Amino acid sequence: MTTDISELKNVASQVRRDIVRMVHGCQSGHPGGSLGCTDYLVALYFSAMKHDPKFNMDGIGEDLFFLSNGHISPVFYSVLAHAGYFDKAELATFRKLGTRLQGHPTTHEHLPGVRIASGSLGQGLSVAIGAAQAKKLNKDSSLVFTLHGDGELQEGQIWEAAMYAPHNKVDNLIAAIDVNGQQIDGSTKNVLSLGDLHAKWVAFGWDVLEAKGNDMEALLTVLAEAKSRTGQGKPIVILLHTEMGYGVDFMMGTHKWHGTAPNDAQLAQALGQLEETLGDY
Amino acid sequence: MKKYTYTDKKDTRSGFGAGLLEAGKRNDQVVALCADLIGSLKMQDFIAAFPERFFQTGIAEANMMGMAAGLTIGGKIPFTGTFANFSTGRVYDQIRQSIAYSNKNVKICASHAGLTLGEDGATHQILEDLGLMKMLPGMTVINPCDYNQTKAATIAIAEHEGPVYLRFGRPVVPIFTDPDQKFEIGKAWMVNEGADVSIFATGHLVWEAIQAGEKLAEEGIDAEIINIHTIKPLDAEAILASVRKTGCVVTAEEHNRLGGLGDSVAQVLATQLPTPQEYVAVNDSFGESGTPEQLMTKYGLDADHIVAAAKRAIARKTK
Repeated sequence: MTTDISELKNVASQVRRDIVRMVHGCQSGHPGGSLGCTDYLVALYFSAMKHDPKFNMDGIGEDLFFLSNGHISPVFYSVLAHAGYFDKAELATFRKLGTRLQGHPTTHEHLPGVRIASGSLGQGLSVAIGAAQAKKLNKDSSLVFTLHGDGELQEGQIWEAAMYAPHNKVDNLIAAIDVNGQQIDGSTKNVLSLGDLHAKWVAFGWDVLEAKGNDMEALLTVLAEAKSRTGQGKPIVILLHTEMGYGVDFMMGTHKWHGTAPNDAQLAQALGQLEETLGDY
Repeated sequence: MKKYTYTDKKDTRSGFGAGLLEAGKRNDQVVALCADLIGSLKMQDFIAAFPERFFQTGIAEANMMGMAAGLTIGGKIPFTGTFANFSTGRVYDQIRQSIAYSNKNVKICASHAGLTLGEDGATHQILEDLGLMKMLPGMTVINPCDYNQTKAATIAIAEHEGPVYLRFGRPVVPIFTDPDQKFEIGKAWMVNEGADVSIFATGHLVWEAIQAGEKLAEEGIDAEIINIHTIKPLDAEAILASVRKTGCVVTAEEHNRLGGLGDSVAQVLATQLPTPQEYVAVNDSFGESGTPEQLMTKYGLDADHIVAAAKRAIARKTK
């Protein structure tokens, strides 16, 4: 656990290198959203969350994280490996036959750090609410974190869950939305507008925070603020304003790299832009 | 033919309610969720006893299934309650990803299954739920026959590690099993030993099968009747042992003939002991409004239809 910004940025840089290499290695996967959410997951696992890489499914006494937008599995796997849940060398098996690192995360392969399967979108907030309620029954004061895509909010189940949590004062829950404005078929504006997200979450009864999602200092600040607001009767949601593909210029600002793998030349170009050389699996 | 008489008539969902209360008393990790159907699922006694262990989700079944999966993370044993239609078809993907594939210890408890929901009609009368649930890897599928057995099954599944689908109904049916029975998941129950035809029944059709057996006995036909309360894992050993003796089969269920108990039995027999088989099931159709009794007759699920099916099966055997 650290609040050293340069150390966190260094980890983020290593994770980004892993992401492009993993997706390149199997020529499939989702680099864009993974790169965009790297800073948030690094901030969670290396600074904000109290967690134990000696993985226990029930996670009693530790903070839990659920990745609802499971397609950004590369960033999740890399962060877990860097945090010590399993050997970084295993990242090279991503999406390959016999791997524990399935295209979308699952508990089925018993990969440490994964507590629920995700990939079919819209389910993670409900699961997180259940886990948060279990913590309350267990008199466990630790927290539950989630991450969702903005496109994922088009799923109706999200709003069932969004209605439930404030009504039942699930105030040990900090959800985050990756607001990058992109989904597979184009911008969220064009595919199906999300409207005023801040106003929507407020209207549902959530305590809403916003942050620059690719700014490590801003993330540490907003996570500290979010944690300070737990236990006050409301669930908390952070709107993370990120850029899909962040860190690799040709992957930024477009939905094209939502689910596309780089070729050899593009990989070299991407790695060239991600300066750190440490930590490649 | 063994004589079975009933002590009382009661709905199986009340057996669930009584079982849930008992399971909650035995293990404080047991929790319950309901999507705005507390009365229909008979959950009020559990809620009165353990208010802090109950979660009212409102009319939001997908969220309920996800929450149930999440509650297992932390050691809880969640029982979800809603109608069978909304417990399966409506939330198939949530069950598939967050419960079955994630191997979460959730008990999906489904009331008002099948035609005997009656007057509400086809929108609510799911006849595909056993098929949907048995196709999910790792899912245990149970369909008990009366109040006592539903209660016993509810208590038993709390002690079973892994996802379970427990199906029961609304109608008031005879109670003919032991109040203190031990419910063994996956172990078929021999109702009556016989020599001429095997009748494998599930749910409240077990009572219809018993009545059919008595009618067949009057005509000198000796039927073996087995209660297949666990559709998955299926007790193939009991099925094969019975068929070796009788040489023909009738399956009886309140379900579409596609994908239910009959197909599970057929798969065992086709691969291990090909045998003439007749289905008593709904013939690939939706239901309609009517009283449960009217619907059981119209859709061919009552004792008389089992008798006719048994005779057809025996006729095929002697060819």
